[in-house]
Amino acid sequence: MNHPVHERDALHTVALTLDGRSRAGQARPRLLLSDFLRHELGATGTHVGCEHGVCGACTVRIDGVAQRACLTLAVQVDGRCVDTVEQPPGQDTTLDALKAAFKRHHALQCGFCTAGILMSSADWLRRQQAAGHRPDEAEVRDMLSGHLCRCTGYTPIVNAVLEVAHA
Amino acid sequence: MKPAAFDYVRADSAQTAAELLQRHGEAARILAGGQSLMAVLNMRLAQPALLIDISRSAELSTITVTDGAVRVGAAVTQAQLQAHPQVPPLLALAFPHISHFPIRNRGTVCGSIAHADPSAELPLCLLALRGTVHLRSARARRDVPASDFFTGLLSTARRADELIEAVSFPRPLPDQACGFAEHSRRHGDFALCAVAMVAGPGSLRVAVGGLSDRPQAIDLPALDGPALDDAINELAWSLDVRDDPHTSASTRRHLLRHLARQAHPTTRRST
Repeated sequence: MNHPVHERDALHTVALTLDGRSRAGQARPRLLLSDFLRHELGATGTHVGCEHGVCGACTVRIDGVAQRACLTLAVQVDGRCVDTVEQPPGQDTTLDALKAAFKRHHALQCGFCTAGILMSSADWLRRQQAAGHRPDEAEVRDMLSGHLCRCTGYTPIVNAVLEVAHA
Repeated sequence: MKPAAFDYVRADSAQTAAELLQRHGEAARILAGGQSLMAVLNMRLAQPALLIDISRSAELSTITVTDGAVRVGAAVTQAQLQAHPQVPPLLALAFPHISHFPIRNRGTVCGSIAHADPSAELPLCLLALRGTVHLRSARARRDVPASDFFTGLLSTARRADELIEAVSFPRPLPDQACGFAEHSRRHGDFALCAVAMVAGPGSLRVAVGGLSDRPQAIDLPALDGPALDDAINELAWSLDVRDDPHTSASTRRHLLRHLARQAHPTTRRST
């Protein structure tokens, strides 16, 4: 099937399932998914830091897989499922458990990085559980290396993820 | 940090992508995982007129294992190959060094080959294993060995009308062993120096990344100990290693000498 060319100056409809709800908005091809979520759909739970894939703050799940929203175009998620930190309780028990564990362990202070860390951790833990693997601290730290946090020193984050991993 | 304007089109097949490249040439760029390209666009280091998105092409999303090779399609992510039961052993050693979990989730194997960063692990491994790049234009296909593909800093033998359709990593022979070691400033950063080795009966292939404008490989007899140290020292001095604002050439040469010992497959087994 041949797809039409999306002209640079034209607005294109992007329809997706966002945190379990059908949503749609308009985007020019160059609009980043991170800006589409925040400015077009008003879903400001996803944060924007470096905009070149380094800091991890904008990480969301696309069809279940944790990815950088700042390195994804809005037009690329047309027809797909995007999960963010705003996903309501009851849809994903791992994410719910992680949010509770982060509170218990004081795994956030300013909260800027938290939205992305939770989405990476939820995807990663789901895969560990599916493989029947109990990750250790070194593996959690390796996963978290894709995220920058300037408040916590990471130890409470590692402890929170490990608690959910071993629950 | 927003990309300049471009047109965007999805291509579901390699042929469609190749026809678009034929029509638009250097004004177009292939968008696969975008983990290098999107960062480059956001920083406006490139401003293509058209992005051809192959990320949702089912045809290009396959990993094909034959007796001789693992063939990885252009839209296969690094995480998909990493999780594959037939992932080549050298790549299994290298993947944990490649950026981070969410980046490998979207970044593609072929995209890293196409980007040809001199410090990147996948071009280095492709060269170490004597892999092949499968190129396709609207009219023809050709295969280029990795040793001819990387031609300089971020430069390859791909022509403007060609798509990297797939890359092939030869499967290990029963008597082969491999090793990998690298040093970077932070975990997941590009390597200051990376070394991949493939040892066979009577032979040792050493590939080095991060020291010159492209990955480099040499074939040695089966050396170890001081004889290997001497050969690696000669290799270090033979490469055109430059000082940069962060790392001196002598530091990079030192890292090569050090990492070669770590990457040596028999040394690894005995320690």
